[in-house]
Amino acid sequence: MAAHPATHPGPARARRGRLPGRARVREALTGYAFILPNLALFAAFMFLPLAWTFVLSTQETSGFGPVENVGLENYRAMFEDPVFWRSLINTVGYAAISVPLSLAGGLGLALLINKKLPGRGIFRSIYFIPTVISAVAAGLVCQWMFEENVGIVNKMITGLGLEAVAWQSSTVGAIVSVTITTQWVGIGLFMVIYLASLQGIPREYYEAAAVDGANAWQQFRHITLPGLRGATFFLVIYGIIGSFQVFDLIFVLTGGGPGDATEVLGTYAYDRAFETRERGYGAAIGVVLYVLLMVVTIIQWQANKRRED
Amino acid sequence: MATTASSSSPVSAQQERAGRRRRSRRSGDRPGLRWVIAFVLAILFAFPLYWMVATALMPRADLLAGDYGLIPTTFEWSNFTRAWEAYPFGRWFVNSTVIAVASVALTVAVNLCAGYAFAKIRFPFRTLLFLLIISTLMIPVQVIMVPQYQIVSDLGWTDTYWAVIIPRAAEAFGIFFARQYFLGIPNELIEAARIDGASEWKIFRRIVLPLSKPLIAVLVIFTFMWRWNEFVWPLLVLKDSNEYTATIGLYFLRGQHGDDVTALMAMGLLSIIPIVLVFLFFQRYFVEGLVRSGIK
Repeated sequence: MAAHPATHPGPARARRGRLPGRARVREALTGYAFILPNLALFAAFMFLPLAWTFVLSTQETSGFGPVENVGLENYRAMFEDPVFWRSLINTVGYAAISVPLSLAGGLGLALLINKKLPGRGIFRSIYFIPTVISAVAAGLVCQWMFEENVGIVNKMITGLGLEAVAWQSSTVGAIVSVTITTQWVGIGLFMVIYLASLQGIPREYYEAAAVDGANAWQQFRHITLPGLRGATFFLVIYGIIGSFQVFDLIFVLTGGGPGDATEVLGTYAYDRAFETRERGYGAAIGVVLYVLLMVVTIIQWQANKRRED
Repeated sequence: MATTASSSSPVSAQQERAGRRRRSRRSGDRPGLRWVIAFVLAILFAFPLYWMVATALMPRADLLAGDYGLIPTTFEWSNFTRAWEAYPFGRWFVNSTVIAVASVALTVAVNLCAGYAFAKIRFPFRTLLFLLIISTLMIPVQVIMVPQYQIVSDLGWTDTYWAVIIPRAAEAFGIFFARQYFLGIPNELIEAARIDGASEWKIFRRIVLPLSKPLIAVLVIFTFMWRWNEFVWPLLVLKDSNEYTATIGLYFLRGQHGDDVTALMAMGLLSIIPIVLVFLFFQRYFVEGLVRSGIK
């Protein structure tokens, strides 16, 4: 580095700035050729459907009947639909519960196995493996464990002399068992990202702090936490988006029930679009979900920008 | 450093160990306690998977009567054959494998190309196009599934592999991740090859890709995992039960025989084995890839 102080500020850019026009055009064409397959797929299967969702949300398409333009009727109906409100509240509530839990749990696991420990690699694999298996398989096994009459969880609880819990037929029980399952499945990724981030904090910081007499808590508070800020920012966005998108596990575990106790926007949109075949209404719920995610992303983005300034 | 070099002599090794112990006590670190906590948590995390295995081996009648222990005493292998023979599970595994492997090949190829262009080639609207793609990261399938379903059925792809492979081939995470990784490859390396007259394609294949094994491992694992486990989209577009994937077949089995919990766990177990194996084989690269990317 020190040997070439003159070339330091972006040697590539300086050199490429002198490229003749034709070479620059060629480079641009090469660039487009590299992204073309991707862009074509995105256009056909992402941007087109996204725009189409907005159009569909203003139509009424129940069953196989003719398509009717109804303007904002679907949105008005949604406003008066108690199940929609229930799903919206559940979606936001789910994010509010599960994101902090995953952040704290993921960080806890990462700190636990960040330093040398016999069998550390095995622990890491075990904590992470639930993340890689399908939601259907994970949902089935957890549903069986939380089965109210003969499931292992209630069997253990009653074995301790306590009363069996209605994990599936009561609102609170269903929310708790869904949360436990989604945490079991999701926390591994939070841990791995935090582990990667912890490994990026220079050892010397801790050594210097120890020399200055900082205790474990002070080191955690003033070195570890600030060092993890980038990871936390990423995980908060990832976690909120992930919880707004939650679908598979709830679909398999409770199907939104009992009643609509665990219905979320994702499962409700699916029900209306594909079970009762009201495509327009399903698309309108999708639009609401999209707008919500957009708002969350923008707020996060702004918060991060302000913090970095 | 000096202590490490001389640690071959037993005395200094002992001193070093004592020193480490003293240091770790001062910073409040108790490895024994940490190990016990880690171990208890590992048992909790592993238990559902253990319970899947145990249930798959137990007699169905005992389980439904609630008459069972933590460890199976009699092994009921017919749990595996009962569902396998009643439904085309073999075919479903073939479907899953073809879909997952083809998706991995296609997705990883297009994402690597795009990620490289966004990181290292300059062209007009590069940032705008990249942001446009990244903005789709937060779009769940429930937002676009209605029109997407329409497009796929208009193309006549319902009940074909294409319906599951193509619409998911381009996804923002892979591009984001690839670009992030490629940004870490020094420009000088690529510039030197350009000056030597190498084509961009040749640079990409001969210089950049050989440096990108951890990245490729992450993309392969994630894509394989997503496609193998994918649920709602194949559920929509694969209607003919011969075309199901293993995951959809498992869900179908639950609908048909929800009370046959031992067969369900047996098939569930078979359905997760491939992805667990992929993870165990690639996990070293996987973690390295995460560490070396910007996501931390």
